[in-house]
Amino acid sequence: MSSSPVAGPAPTGPSSGPATGPTGQPSPGHRRGPGRPGRRVRPVSAVARRGPRRGIARYWPQYLAVSPYYLLFSVFMLFPMLYTVYLAFQKWDGIGDMQFVGFQQFRFLWDDPIFWMSLRNTLVIWVLSTVPMLFMALLLAVLVNSTKRFTGFYRVALFIPSITSLVAIAIFFGAVFSNNFGLINAILKGLHLSAVPWMSNEWTIKLVIAALMTWQWTGYNAIIYLAGLQAIPSELYEAARMDGAGPARILFSITIPLLRPIILFTVVISTVTGLQSFTEPQVLFGSDASTNPNSGGPGQAGLTTLLYFYHQAFDNNDFGYAAAIVWAFFLLILLIVVINWRLVQRKERRP
Amino acid sequence: MNSQNRKRLRGLSVHAVLMICVVISVFPFYWIVVMATNTSQDIYSYPPKLWFGGNLLTNIQHLFDKMDFFGSLLNTVTVAVCTTLLVLFFDSLAAFAFAKYEFPGKKFLFGLLLAMYILPTQLAIIPQYEIMVQLGWLGTLKALIVPAAANAFGIFWMRQYTSTGVPDELLDAARIEGAGFFRQYWHVVLPCVRPALAFLGIYTFIAAWNDYVLPLVMLVDPSRLTLQVALAQLYAGHSTDYSMVMAGVLLAVIPLVLVFTFFARGFIADATKGALR
Repeated sequence: MSSSPVAGPAPTGPSSGPATGPTGQPSPGHRRGPGRPGRRVRPVSAVARRGPRRGIARYWPQYLAVSPYYLLFSVFMLFPMLYTVYLAFQKWDGIGDMQFVGFQQFRFLWDDPIFWMSLRNTLVIWVLSTVPMLFMALLLAVLVNSTKRFTGFYRVALFIPSITSLVAIAIFFGAVFSNNFGLINAILKGLHLSAVPWMSNEWTIKLVIAALMTWQWTGYNAIIYLAGLQAIPSELYEAARMDGAGPARILFSITIPLLRPIILFTVVISTVTGLQSFTEPQVLFGSDASTNPNSGGPGQAGLTTLLYFYHQAFDNNDFGYAAAIVWAFFLLILLIVVINWRLVQRKERRP
Repeated sequence: MNSQNRKRLRGLSVHAVLMICVVISVFPFYWIVVMATNTSQDIYSYPPKLWFGGNLLTNIQHLFDKMDFFGSLLNTVTVAVCTTLLVLFFDSLAAFAFAKYEFPGKKFLFGLLLAMYILPTQLAIIPQYEIMVQLGWLGTLKALIVPAAANAFGIFWMRQYTSTGVPDELLDAARIEGAGFFRQYWHVVLPCVRPALAFLGIYTFIAAWNDYVLPLVMLVDPSRLTLQVALAQLYAGHSTDYSMVMAGVLLAVIPLVLVFTFFARGFIADATKGALR
């Protein structure tokens, strides 16, 4: 068929793609004319079968085009993820033989106080960062949206933290919040207040990490919200104002309800990324757990679950236990995302 | 008259609040430069110096003594450039197939793409590490480049643009000329999707430049690190020599941020589009 196309909705030649051609253009207008017979006959499979090529082989260019991602994904993501499940039921140091231990790793996890502490740290840091972050982002977006001047400048300035290297930011925060030599404590001293030992108190450590995350992502979220705000027709605001609604009433009755899908998006993204904090405490409190028993800082207050996972895997070479930690943690993230989703969705149904 | 004044006052206060936020946003960059251009003693002293000093070159010299800066820079540039080129090619090619063709299993494959979007990489990192050991890639840049050579976000983004940005008439014309799938891609699709490629390229480059976790795990050879890992180690080892460490941060991070500001406007518009779909 490929060399002598027939009339009607017959498939085109093999290399020019599938029967329908470009989506939405299934017309026969682009069939190859008989003027180029045989030009596109494909070797391999076509030769073997002669005559019209049927089935899946016809689509080989498309499959070839999409294959790199799925190949890489299978080798470096899908297979490893499943293998991590397998590992969670083994005892393995990465070199010797694996030993099947059943649910022992998970039982150990359940009784491991450091795991629970790392979860608590992670959740506290997440709440301390996400709540003010999204709230301030919404406020900033409303402010930028209310003015017409310098908006381009504001957008760029607010966006820049989100493309800055996290390592650099962590080093900067470490220097500025340093107990003895930090800028913050110098300012407090200048105001005749007592210095705060930011980097050795259980709560201030979490506060510093949360502040870091807030600094990095508030502007990004503000710009996402801003895009949503600009899509709200201004007639709605005018109508509300005509009816005598004040700015607060407009915010809660028009802006937030109409932004709900976007708010849902930012909540999900902030949950997924915020719970995965790792680089912040890892850079702030040194990298080597074997020389530093206080990994995660004094009192392990900055030990997040992923940092704990990293130590178990790559410092203690306890791969089986690390696999159990990371899968348990992933399921927890999933659960929290679903809960968040439900919460935001339910509010939507309310009038 | 009175209400006009009040309106103007409100406008001014809006800009005042926004300016404060802008200052908070860019203050770290200013302060990094202050620290990098003074001596560590200046930073320790009270009251601290608030303006640029003249010690930058000495700090950079110290930095070069403690850290293989240019080696790390070369590694980072290699990873970022290779990853970006591969991602641009593979993602736009796959996107073309998804946007303009029907083929069995397309829906399933595309759905898979969406589902895999937010899987945390840590779920896979231990076996990934073992795979690199088996391949003999551990400690090499290949261990960073190859797994990142195609990604779901890029395919998704490019598909969006390709389906509207590449006119079907052009593809039909190419097909009548006898152009197959790959020649259509090369001669029709690529020229049409350049704006989308620009965004994806900048995005991928910045992400590869800033990546920390994967290099931390994979680059086990201390003489072959990327800038981010080398900086973190420098900080871990010399955490009190601020001016030297900040000189490193300045050289490794600030140029990228400055370059970014040139592309920022278009990039930000695309970034919100990408996020909101």
